[in-house]
Amino acid sequence: MGGKQDPTANGSPKSESMGAKKASPDLLNSSFSFKSLKLKTKQQELLLRVSILGLVYVLAFIARLFSVLRYESMIHEFDPYFNYRTTLYLTEKGFYEFWNWFDSESWYPLGRIIGGTLYPGLMVTAALIYWTLRFLRFFVHIREVCVLTAPFFASNTTIVAYFFGKEIWDTGAGLVAAALIAICPGYISRSVAGSYDNEAVAIFALLLTFYLFVKAVKTGSLSWALGSAFGYFYMVSAWGGYVFIINLVPLYVLVLLITGRYSMRLYVAYNCMYILGMLLAMQIRFVGFQHVQSGEHMGAMGVFLLMQVFYFLDWVKYQLNDTKLFQTFLRITVTSAILVGGIALGVGTASGYISPWTGRFYSLLDPTYAKDHIPIIASVSEHQPTAWSSFMFDYHILLFLFPAGLYFCFKRLSDATIFIVMYGLTSLYFAGVMVRLILVATPAVCLISAIAVSATVKNLTSLLRTKQKVPQTGSTKGVGSSKSSSKVTLDQSQPFQKNGAIALLVGVFYLLSRYAIHCTWVTSEAYSSPSIVLAARGAHGNRIIFDDYREAYYWLRQNTPTDAKVMSWWDYGYQITAMGNRTVIVDNNTWNNTHIATVGRAMSSYEDEAYDIMRSLDVNYVLVVFGGVTGYSSDDINKFLWMVRIGGGVYPVIKEPDYLVNGEFRVDKGASPKMLNCLMYKLCYYRFGELVTEYGKPTGYDRARGVEIGNKDIKLEHLEEAYTTSNWIVRIYRVKPPTNRL
Amino acid sequence: MMNLSRSVALISLFLLPLLSFSFSVDNPTDRRVLVLLDDLSLKSSHSIFFTTLKSRGFDLDFKLADDSKLALQRYGQYLYDGLIVFAPSTERFGGSLDSKSIADFVDSGRDLILSADTSASDLIRGIALECGVDFDEDSSAMVIDHSSFSVSDGDHTLIAADDLVKSDAILGKTKIEAPVLFRGVAHSLNPTNNLVLKVLSASPSAYSANPSSKLSSPPQLTGSAISLVSVMQARNNARVVISGSLQLFSDRLFRSGVQKAGSPNKYEKSGNEQFATELSKWVFHERGHLKAGSLVHHRVGETDEPAIYRIKDDLEFSVEILEWSGKSWEPYVADDVQVQFYMMSPYVLKTLSTDKKGMFHTSFKVPDVYGVFQFKVEYGKLGYTTLSLSKQIPVRPYRHNEYERFIPTAYPYYGACFTTMAGFFVFSFVYLYHK
Repeated sequence: MGGKQDPTANGSPKSESMGAKKASPDLLNSSFSFKSLKLKTKQQELLLRVSILGLVYVLAFIARLFSVLRYESMIHEFDPYFNYRTTLYLTEKGFYEFWNWFDSESWYPLGRIIGGTLYPGLMVTAALIYWTLRFLRFFVHIREVCVLTAPFFASNTTIVAYFFGKEIWDTGAGLVAAALIAICPGYISRSVAGSYDNEAVAIFALLLTFYLFVKAVKTGSLSWALGSAFGYFYMVSAWGGYVFIINLVPLYVLVLLITGRYSMRLYVAYNCMYILGMLLAMQIRFVGFQHVQSGEHMGAMGVFLLMQVFYFLDWVKYQLNDTKLFQTFLRITVTSAILVGGIALGVGTASGYISPWTGRFYSLLDPTYAKDHIPIIASVSEHQPTAWSSFMFDYHILLFLFPAGLYFCFKRLSDATIFIVMYGLTSLYFAGVMVRLILVATPAVCLISAIAVSATVKNLTSLLRTKQKVPQTGSTKGVGSSKSSSKVTLDQSQPFQKNGAIALLVGVFYLLSRYAIHCTWVTSEAYSSPSIVLAARGAHGNRIIFDDYREAYYWLRQNTPTDAKVMSWWDYGYQITAMGNRTVIVDNNTWNNTHIATVGRAMSSYEDEAYDIMRSLDVNYVLVVFGGVTGYSSDDINKFLWMVRIGGGVYPVIKEPDYLVNGEFRVDKGASPKMLNCLMYKLCYYRFGELVTEYGKPTGYDRARGVEIGNKDIKLEHLEEAYTTSNWIVRIYRVKPPTNRL
Repeated sequence: MMNLSRSVALISLFLLPLLSFSFSVDNPTDRRVLVLLDDLSLKSSHSIFFTTLKSRGFDLDFKLADDSKLALQRYGQYLYDGLIVFAPSTERFGGSLDSKSIADFVDSGRDLILSADTSASDLIRGIALECGVDFDEDSSAMVIDHSSFSVSDGDHTLIAADDLVKSDAILGKTKIEAPVLFRGVAHSLNPTNNLVLKVLSASPSAYSANPSSKLSSPPQLTGSAISLVSVMQARNNARVVISGSLQLFSDRLFRSGVQKAGSPNKYEKSGNEQFATELSKWVFHERGHLKAGSLVHHRVGETDEPAIYRIKDDLEFSVEILEWSGKSWEPYVADDVQVQFYMMSPYVLKTLSTDKKGMFHTSFKVPDVYGVFQFKVEYGKLGYTTLSLSKQIPVRPYRHNEYERFIPTAYPYYGACFTTMAGFFVFSFVYLYHK
């Protein structure tokens, strides 16, 4: 139970997991040779464990460096640019300036209180690493630190996964879990070098909090609970996903209470963690008093109170020896407690003191909610429901190891395994609701799968070892599924056990090596693209790089007045402020829906109407992303319907059917007249009608949508083309001042 | 080499006074004016008007409208500061001049007097259209008024108009008593253009039609929608006068007496001379031209301009506005200059008080809203230069240490907090060590 197993039995799963990483022969050999030195077994085991963990640690780091090697050391995607900009500010101006930063360059003219609307954990972490390195006289640039923060924390996560696995099962499971999570694509997608996002450190914090809490529940120790509270604080400071913790932990406690597993250990662990964690979390400005005021956090508080009722009842039961009297007392107490709690919640909600659940929370519980009510959430691609293929893509063999692991967990039910089961099941549900939440489920899936692998391999090897004493002969039998057969071999003593076990071990080894190959391939092909630089294969198989984004942002930086205001769809806001250093109207921090809707309305109006909107927002430049020349499909025309929906959500003059023809979105001759003359269409296709994009196709052939455009003769009245990048991906227009005489 | 540089220096020394006379921001009155005529006889028939201009120091350059050497600019430099087009019948200008180059001339901040007449050419109509004025499409139409015509002639097309715009800046402080005589074509203003305005409007009984033929259909333009003389001040403060009558500027109408039909008042001299002179003073920036210094603002008690304000800061704002008197810059005195503290809508709107020396100032408290604000002075008084000034300034919320640390109302809570701590300490002590 406690992780004190026979070293050889332990060594096998380790070497299995490492075998996938071309380190197996040495380890296998050494473990065999160590058998002769019985005295030092424990030390050898420790040595093995440490070296395996060290290798996994290094592996987790280097597996995430594809993009740095292939492109350059740069920040990826959208949000990381904001994080990078704020980190730069933090290292240059210091913590207090950062904390009080009012940014007048975004959300013009509203501005944004950066210090009060972000999770500072990531920036502070990177700045601390940077300052430490500076102190040690390593003069690195802050960008390098930011690029490598995510791989560094992924490595740390493997260590936590090891300890967590050790806590819920044994050291073997811990090692397998560490190895699995090190290369699991579901995690790598968010933690490659350069993806400098909150999730990079948050998964580490999440797993650490859970590990420490499970440890606290197991030991009933105040210090572990305190550690867990601090882990929770770090998580709150790093990512909005902390809401998952503050709901999962109470749910877990509730389940333990219901199943009669209430204990003093649980009481100490939860109360300490909740109270301290809550007080600490309130120190984060962005979170503030939400722990006592927001509906999403009320569950934790309810469980906290329930816990006190339980304790009180326990005490009363101890005082009263009469069971009948106690039953009545119990009934009265529970009823009144629920009544009081319900009234308090009702009054709080009615008076507005307790805010109702937010839209994001609703959309998690009901996947169709966002689509009907909050288009701005539904418009984000990573908020879409997950397809089965992406589960397969991100988990590979873990997908069917997971149920096997659940089986083992249920077979050996303890406080710790109940926790991991609940974590696995709830997070897997959320992963099904939203693509991005695959990330949250990944550690649980890896841990539970690790239990399956470790337990299976351990059973098989112990079988091999017992049979060595009583050798038997027999022919090998074809083996189907590893789990079912291993169960069979365990339960019954059959003559072919040894060979069957060998075959199964080989099967497990094969599966794990397939997993390693799959992970490397996915990382290299799918998750290591910076998305700010696009790559495509040319006609002769050569790599073509489209560096249009940076070209456009540097143009803005160097050719426009410093106080110029740039209007674009919100996706590009962070990049424009970080790389172009210009004021934007809206950006990826979508806190003000009306402001975004105003931009959406401008984009979907006729030019003269849009001109009035742009004048009222003091817009000097308009930036659109257009993929018609290169065939880049995530451009503004394909996002356009969301602009219409979001704009129409606030301004009913914008109606979605005006842009559709029989419910179909088209840009060719059959498109609706409003579509053909709205600002977005004009800006994307201006001068496009005279261009031949593909041999054998007419002029104005849009390669991203595969049609010839419907309006080739576009005249701009209030705007003029200022700059178009070499592949036409980014087009920038200048807003003309009003005419002199009219 | 020495000689050459000396001669260059010498030439520039001679040119210097000339240069300083030319049109500039500091000296907005026009100096060099090109006069385009379709017949040189206009020079004598309109001599009074031209003489008054010359006597005010203008350098008039008379050219025939079809002169093949016509050019407004040479080597990218404009040769003139103002343009008078008294060539209503010209179909095509000579040289490089066309309606677009005249529009560009106006867009460069220079001024124009354009006079049409009956049977005005398409060219003239086109230039007018660029400035927001539509002449009656019927080329033979004239303004006819059967009630407010001049009785001296008995001709109902000689209008005695007295519906003048009420603006001292445009028409001077002296009231024009006598009606202005007008014979010419009617025009209307483009309703979407809010820069153009009527200076001399027709009476409600006027209409535009061909006087020699019978009226077969109702006239297009009637009543006070008809403008006789209009002015337009472009956004860059270039000024344009458009008149439907060339005769309005003629010596004959300047000198003739006037009696409006149905009115007992008989004037020895029509209002034309005064009207034309005052209007030319306005159009050539001798009057009504304002200049503003930069917007100055700072916190109360400080002198330097901050990079950012905090909400609820007290600030002082001032701006200097000067008026061009024709010769020098004088302090502008008015009580209607306002400043806005603006973010999508004005949060503060205050009238500035003046110290009569050209400085306008006020002080106010920054509203309790953060964001990127603008100080905006939008001053568009009739006949004056439009002042449109803005200066961006962000307003930040309180810093973390700018709040009050202890609030009196919260003392019960502080008390409760410390009592609990003390109580817990005592309780632990008693619990642990009390047998």
